[in-house]
Amino acid sequence: MELIGGIVAWFADPDHWQGQAGVPARVAEHLGLTAASLLVAMLIALPMGLSVGHTGRGASLAVNLANLGRALPTLATMGIVLPLTVAIDPQFGFKILPAVIALIVLAIPPILVNAYAGVNGVDRDIVEAGRGMGMQPLELLARVEVPIAIPVIVGGIRSATSQIIATATLAAVFGGPGLGRYLIEGNAQSDYPMIFAGVVLVAVLSLATELGFALVQRALTSPGLRVGGIPEKRTVEPATEAVQPS
Amino acid sequence: MIDWAWIADHLDDLAGRTVQHLYLAAIAVGVGFVISFGLAIWSIRRRSVYGPIAAVAGILYTIPSLAMFPVLVPVTGLSILTAEIPLVLYTLLIFVRNIVAGFDGVPGEVLEAADGMGYTPSTRLWQVELPLALPLVMAGVRLASVSTIGLVTISGILGDRFGGLGFFIFEGYRRGFPTEIFAGALPSILLAVAVDLALVAAQRRLTPWARPRLETLVPRPAPA
Repeated sequence: MELIGGIVAWFADPDHWQGQAGVPARVAEHLGLTAASLLVAMLIALPMGLSVGHTGRGASLAVNLANLGRALPTLATMGIVLPLTVAIDPQFGFKILPAVIALIVLAIPPILVNAYAGVNGVDRDIVEAGRGMGMQPLELLARVEVPIAIPVIVGGIRSATSQIIATATLAAVFGGPGLGRYLIEGNAQSDYPMIFAGVVLVAVLSLATELGFALVQRALTSPGLRVGGIPEKRTVEPATEAVQPS
Repeated sequence: MIDWAWIADHLDDLAGRTVQHLYLAAIAVGVGFVISFGLAIWSIRRRSVYGPIAAVAGILYTIPSLAMFPVLVPVTGLSILTAEIPLVLYTLLIFVRNIVAGFDGVPGEVLEAADGMGYTPSTRLWQVELPLALPLVMAGVRLASVSTIGLVTISGILGDRFGGLGFFIFEGYRRGFPTEIFAGALPSILLAVAVDLALVAAQRRLTPWARPRLETLVPRPAPA
């Protein structure tokens, strides 16, 4: 109870809402880290996933790559690239670059797998029909396969984004920006309301992006694909992938 | 870029921390498995408890570990519990889901045949259902082990006595010494990969009938 009061008081303190260490600045940093890593991950993983899904070539390579990426612990990935990035730039290469690289590595597998699975799962008859209409391979991809696969493709980006948002807290371990600073500094000063405030902010950010993605997904999905009606049978899905807690 | 001489001088420390890393992870996976097995069996017997258990485990899973370790300090002090409780909690979601899914996948005909042959509920559980559920259970053990090995590094936030190889990552940062960070990071990745490969081999030996086909290896896409 005392703790909850402490958290409320933390959020009520106007000092925590201004300046470099204030909530708006930290949230902006966190979103900046997220956006930069997500963008690069998409630039790498989407073309790969779409081309593997379209041609069917390199599927096992892509899957193995994705599985490998999922097994890499983020803090350790930051640690192995750090000597290299520090050699490039002692400041930026210490505080920001290792985290961004590790978050890119984290985000590639879900985007890659979903882009591949989405395009690969398009009904072959529809693809054949497109080909019969004289569509060129790229046209087929852009006008038939991607529009049908879009909910699955966006699902991968969504899952990557929520993983990045939770894991970007690790940037603060090396003095980097973002909401992780509240966790690291709260720990250093035994300031528990500050730690919990950080947890709450990360959770709010995750929820907000989930919501945003749900809207985007809906807007991008062709009306013909929106399934209503038959509710799916609820079964327990085994975990088949190492989505790591952050 | 990397001071190899420093690494050569500290091989003993690295070996000691590797051992610590493995036992911190092994305790968490072992305890997490036992707790989850109980929760999973309860969920199978009584379907209505699965939802709440999965929900709680899911919420715990989303708490950043960087927060979870420190907030236990006022409760459990700087004891091994402070490191192990979060590690165990993070394994629950993976284990419970995979164990329940494994038992769910046992065909009804098999259960009826077992009943017809006179198995009691508990012998049926151990001798019929468990072996058939084993491939998914083992997949859970792999996922939980690899992710726990990654999380042990973060327990280094609790100070010098914890963290396994993560100790070097945190100390290297405090000293502004990239070599030390690297020296903690690389072996912890190698450890995760080695344990994963060892468990794949164990899985093959335990369940020789369940040779994975390519399609079962394709990771399930995130829900659309």
